[in-house]
Amino acid sequence: MMGAYAAILGGAAVTFFWRLMGLLLAGRLKPDQPVVLWVACVAFSLLAGLISRMIVLPLGPLGETPLTARLAGVAIALAAFFLARRSIVLGVLAGAGALVGIAAALA
Amino acid sequence: MSDYALDYGSPRGAALMGLRHAMGSPLIVLGASYVGFGSLVRSSGIPLPAGLLSTILGWALPGQVAAVELYGIGASLLAIMAAVALVNVRMMPMVIALMPFLRRPGVPRWQYVAAAHLIAVTSWVNSMQRCPQLPPEQRMPYMLGIGASLWSAMVFFTWVGYAITNELPASVSLGLVFLNPLYFMLVLVSDLRQRARALAIGLGAVAGPFTYMLSPEWGLLFCGFGAGTLAFAVDRLLAAREATS
Repeated sequence: MMGAYAAILGGAAVTFFWRLMGLLLAGRLKPDQPVVLWVACVAFSLLAGLISRMIVLPLGPLGETPLTARLAGVAIALAAFFLARRSIVLGVLAGAGALVGIAAALA
Repeated sequence: MSDYALDYGSPRGAALMGLRHAMGSPLIVLGASYVGFGSLVRSSGIPLPAGLLSTILGWALPGQVAAVELYGIGASLLAIMAAVALVNVRMMPMVIALMPFLRRPGVPRWQYVAAAHLIAVTSWVNSMQRCPQLPPEQRMPYMLGIGASLWSAMVFFTWVGYAITNELPASVSLGLVFLNPLYFMLVLVSDLRQRARALAIGLGAVAGPFTYMLSPEWGLLFCGFGAGTLAFAVDRLLAAREATS
């Protein structure tokens, strides 16, 4: 029981630490400084890299589904997103539905 | 007419617009992801109050999932903190990139801390897109409006997921877990108009799995610095070429 709280609070503490570090380092930076654009690029790459890692090499229960099923889910999500005039809800539902369907068919 | 491309009328109007942007697809899709998270909390043997604290204090789903999954497989506290720190190190550049747009004389310090705490994929991508185009006095209200709306709603959805876990078939919880990366992916894809951003997102997405295979601990950092710096350099080069031609 105490272990669960320690895990949650420990994770929250390191997360908040990075946020505060960001606040301190942002200092007096101006929006149009090149360093701000560079840091934004790094942040976008970190985010994109994390998301693609979550899809290609997932931890937890998703790891037991075949990679092809997940990639098919991604392709169908993107196709539905653009076909449905950039609807995030429809894209996500189509992609997750495809994964569940394909995983069930292969099982 | 104001000189800004976007204008929500007043700080209050901007906060309400933030609330409105939170209440569309983010509420549905992120809500479903947090239902998945709540159910993961329960199946990992974590009590409900700890799960709610995770969303309140540890806000930002990928780090929350990492902490709960690692606790579930019996990892040590140190290992959990190190893993969450590496997943969430992105918060630092995300805060640095957004803060210069929010800063304005007279804004009380707690608002900067609140904004830093409320940054997560949805609030950050929306604010990065809109704040530069808004009059300065509307930017912080917009960010706090979208951030606080999502944050408080997701505490509720964490509880929902915890409460209904036993009713969910395994295939449905699988789909819920997959919603989250798909949603983040589409949030990024819907904002590819700026060249530097699009390059950073594309290169990062390609590099992510490879750098993770090279080093599960440090791969994400390599990916962020490597792909982000390359994207920045290519964008500058192209800008310089356009300027001379």
